[in-house]
Amino acid sequence: MAREVTCIFIAIYTVILVFGCVRLAQGREAYEQFLVALGAPSSIGFHLLALVFAIYHSVTWFNLAPKALPMHFGDKTVPPAAIAAAHYIGWVLISVALLLIAGAF
Amino acid sequence: MAKSNKPIIWGPFAAGGTVTALLTPVLILLTLFVALGRVPDGLAYDNLYAFAQHALAKIFIFVVLTLSLWSAAHRLRITCYDFGLRQDTLVAALVYLAAAIGTVVVLGSLLAI
Amino acid sequence: MNGRAIELHVLRYNPETDSEPHWQQYAVPYNEEWVVLDALNYVKAHLDPTLSYRWSCHMAVCGSCGMMVNGDPKLSCKAFLRDLPQIIRVEPLAHFPIERDLVTVVEDFMGKLARVKPYLIAKEPKAVEDGEYRQTPAELKRYKQYAQCINCMLCYAACPEYGLIPKFIGPGAIALAHRYNLDSRDGGRDERQQEIATDEGVWECTFVGACSQVCPKHVDPAAALQQVKIASTVDWFREHLMPWLNK
Repeated sequence: MAREVTCIFIAIYTVILVFGCVRLAQGREAYEQFLVALGAPSSIGFHLLALVFAIYHSVTWFNLAPKALPMHFGDKTVPPAAIAAAHYIGWVLISVALLLIAGAF
Repeated sequence: MAKSNKPIIWGPFAAGGTVTALLTPVLILLTLFVALGRVPDGLAYDNLYAFAQHALAKIFIFVVLTLSLWSAAHRLRITCYDFGLRQDTLVAALVYLAAAIGTVVVLGSLLAI
Repeated sequence: MNGRAIELHVLRYNPETDSEPHWQQYAVPYNEEWVVLDALNYVKAHLDPTLSYRWSCHMAVCGSCGMMVNGDPKLSCKAFLRDLPQIIRVEPLAHFPIERDLVTVVEDFMGKLARVKPYLIAKEPKAVEDGEYRQTPAELKRYKQYAQCINCMLCYAACPEYGLIPKFIGPGAIALAHRYNLDSRDGGRDERQQEIATDEGVWECTFVGACSQVCPKHVDPAAALQQVKIASTVDWFREHLMPWLNK
């Protein structure tokens, strides 16, 4: 059940991103106001909560992925742990790449 | 028995679930940096606007946001049902309508950039 | 023997005399090696010959003795007294109508099993004189896990969707359809898809996963159903976006 409830936080966060998109299209002032509004205490609080739930979604999703994606090569079967591990590695790589591209460091 | 059209909902749900699993945490981190006052260079207006002008960037943003919206909408529908809200047709209509509106809004914004 | 007694609370129901099910208690001696089935057999032999329940092999291969033990779907021949508390509640398998005592009406599952055509529909039919359908160990490995199903219906008792929506074809039947779809000798997937790629087929499943948790043979029906969902989704997009590929 907890894994399903994560969608509420991901939904709200995605709506925030949609707002960001709209503000970006509306021009410099609108977008920079959006960035400032993100700094509100309620926004920071939401971000922290959403981060926890989003990570929980990722972990539960990747742990279940091997069930949906069995891989056989001849009479060898890829161990489910390896399939999950591949997802985790991809997750870390993509996250680091995005952080670097966005200039977060 | 007729084969179901559920795949048109489930396909985006599965794809969106994977996309949100891979991207949402790092995106939250990025906007969290913004919220804490440290706007990463790539999210400054000039850089982000310039990025969003490329066709590939628009496609990327559109795909990520749309799949996230539809995936969350479908899961919300199931969650409502599991919590006892059994008017499934009404809930489905509401959540998918919300996702559709979001999709159109994203599309409109991206095309305006 | 340490003289400890087990308190067996059994849900009884006699359709000829009872208006509704009721509990009955029995004191059963504790034995280190006993399973709940042994306790039931003790009751029937020494305390109450009217108690009705299904069982056969007593070794978890026939699938007959499924019932609820302290709220969990279990094979009574695989539920050891030593792993259970002193008070043991035994009820008929959940989500099935009660026929009598611990015997449930299983017609719903049997009908669904038949609908998914759980038998080989040969891809290239051969006459008997032309020899066997051959298969490599690798090809066997693809589906072997799903062939372990003993039709015990514990997964149906565990599945909350089946409990809510009785027309759901259910984990066991769909996992068995998948077993044949994965069999290299089989060519009946399209036929089975007509039954399982429907709203009351695989699309009723929300991947709760309880079915796989209770399966005594480690079939992992939840995995089978997700694989069927992916295959059905690929089918759907191919049929609708590339109609020229349809036969």
